[in-house]
Amino acid sequence: MMTGRAFKYGDNIDTDVIIPARYLNSSDAQELAEHCMEDLDKNFVNEAKQGDFIVAGKNFGCGSSREHAPIAIKASGVSLVIAETFARIFYRNAINIGLPIMECPDAAKEIEAGDEISVDIKTGAIKNITKSKEHKAAPFPEFMQDIINAGGLINYIKKEQVGDE
Amino acid sequence: MGMTMTQKILTDHAGLESVKAGDLIKVKLDLVLGNDITAPVAIKEFKNIGVSKVFDKKKIAIVPDHFTPNKDIKSAEQVKFIREFSREMGIENFFEIGQMGIEHALIPEKGLVAAGDVVIGADSHTCTYGALGAFSTGIGSTDMAAGMATGEAWFKVPDAIKFVLAGKPSKWVSGKDIILHIIGMIGVDGALYQSMEFTGDGLKHLSIDDRFTIANMAIEAGGKNGIFEVDEKTIDYMKEHSSKKYRIFKADEDAEYSRVIQIDLSTLKPVVAFPHLPDNTRTIDEVGDVAIDQVVIGSCTNGRIEDMRIAAEVLRGEKVHERVRLIVFPATQKIYLQALREGLLEIFVEAGGAVSTPTCGPCLGGHMGILAKGERALSTTNRNFVGRMGHPESEVYLASPAVAAASAITGRISSPEEVV
Repeated sequence: MMTGRAFKYGDNIDTDVIIPARYLNSSDAQELAEHCMEDLDKNFVNEAKQGDFIVAGKNFGCGSSREHAPIAIKASGVSLVIAETFARIFYRNAINIGLPIMECPDAAKEIEAGDEISVDIKTGAIKNITKSKEHKAAPFPEFMQDIINAGGLINYIKKEQVGDE
Repeated sequence: MGMTMTQKILTDHAGLESVKAGDLIKVKLDLVLGNDITAPVAIKEFKNIGVSKVFDKKKIAIVPDHFTPNKDIKSAEQVKFIREFSREMGIENFFEIGQMGIEHALIPEKGLVAAGDVVIGADSHTCTYGALGAFSTGIGSTDMAAGMATGEAWFKVPDAIKFVLAGKPSKWVSGKDIILHIIGMIGVDGALYQSMEFTGDGLKHLSIDDRFTIANMAIEAGGKNGIFEVDEKTIDYMKEHSSKKYRIFKADEDAEYSRVIQIDLSTLKPVVAFPHLPDNTRTIDEVGDVAIDQVVIGSCTNGRIEDMRIAAEVLRGEKVHERVRLIVFPATQKIYLQALREGLLEIFVEAGGAVSTPTCGPCLGGHMGILAKGERALSTTNRNFVGRMGHPESEVYLASPAVAAASAITGRISSPEEVV
């Protein structure tokens, strides 16, 4: 069970605002986290606490394939991103690096900035403690759940290789 | 049930009889691509896997194109890292400064992709090669790492939107205008998780360069890939550039599409995308008076020889407006040389433009043309997000090379008809 506070953003949050290209001369997670969301929300970096959530609208993470975007979000302490929909490359990248994400249009629409949220990633149950409301996200297909459970694609492949031998 | 072009290619590469939308499959890869921003992360992850060599030295391409020629010490360190890895692994397709180009112009030019291939690239505009009838899609660094190690990638089989193109576009309507028109119509998530398949009689009026531009921006509609039906022009291009065997996959007659969209190309006008999303489009006659500070002509979207030619046609004998900076960057060394020999670079320089070596630099606000607070650029690139080319309070408008060249002369967003 994860519990934290929601940072709320709109539709089409692109990877250029999640982590601007001017910082991509580094791939260090902590360095990237220092600039996460800064062109959209200067306060995010200072206010985000370990375990907080990002809640956003449609097409979250659109644009560039830079994995630096989910890396920066994860390293800034965010435990989960909830959105109405995700851009497909961001979706893959998040799963591959072990940043939990959930597609849940109801929750994405109704949760407001600052709401206290708790989430059970296994069942997809999202509880808005502030508003006493519950939402349910569709669970991941089994194959993706396996990658998530392994802690990302690299660990998943390592396990698979061991299995092959 | 029939399959789309994309589904047929994926079926083939998964070693299956058939697939349907939503299936999760593993496919064999013909090419794995990365650049100086994404490959460093991928190489670190590759080393974590613990394998000692890449799956195939011929099937990996690494192109240092984003912050090159290196803009600062950190960028130089990143390129040094990928260069050393490429040497250590014996990767055949590492393209050094002087040989390189912007990856999505370079890879087809070098003949590294052919119809029927499956290509993944750690760069979102990898979808460009769909112009040649390949399945080609952007992924992240971890997928690149896994691809380099195993030669495979996992995919959810997409359904598709079919675009049936008819008619002949008018003189100033290019591939860029067609794809901006489409994105304006369906939105930046209009093809989310889907293929965009391009077919119809109108294809015969579209050059391969037009098709590269259109497929390139499939990602700007959220698409997984953009793919063109193969015709004689495609085959001629592949024969000229590649010794690779190509395979043509046609959609089944009874293939299912989530939408079929008919477009009469003869009715289209030049299109401009206003800040801050590529779907915020207006036709050129609806633009109004928009003064600009900088014009950028180039990129993986519009840095090919035809783009250079049409920009030069508009700029020939003209001068860039005194309040405008014009930056032109041919996408590869080959295009640069060809533009030089055809006298195009001379036209740009005489007009008062700056001509740059191939780089992604200005498109993503990396270097070679960053915008200050409050400045406004008209660019032939692919994204106009907040802060994309520099300061978060700068603005980017997207358009074709012809509109860009005309606007460089007038100092405001203009139709080529105004100046030619």
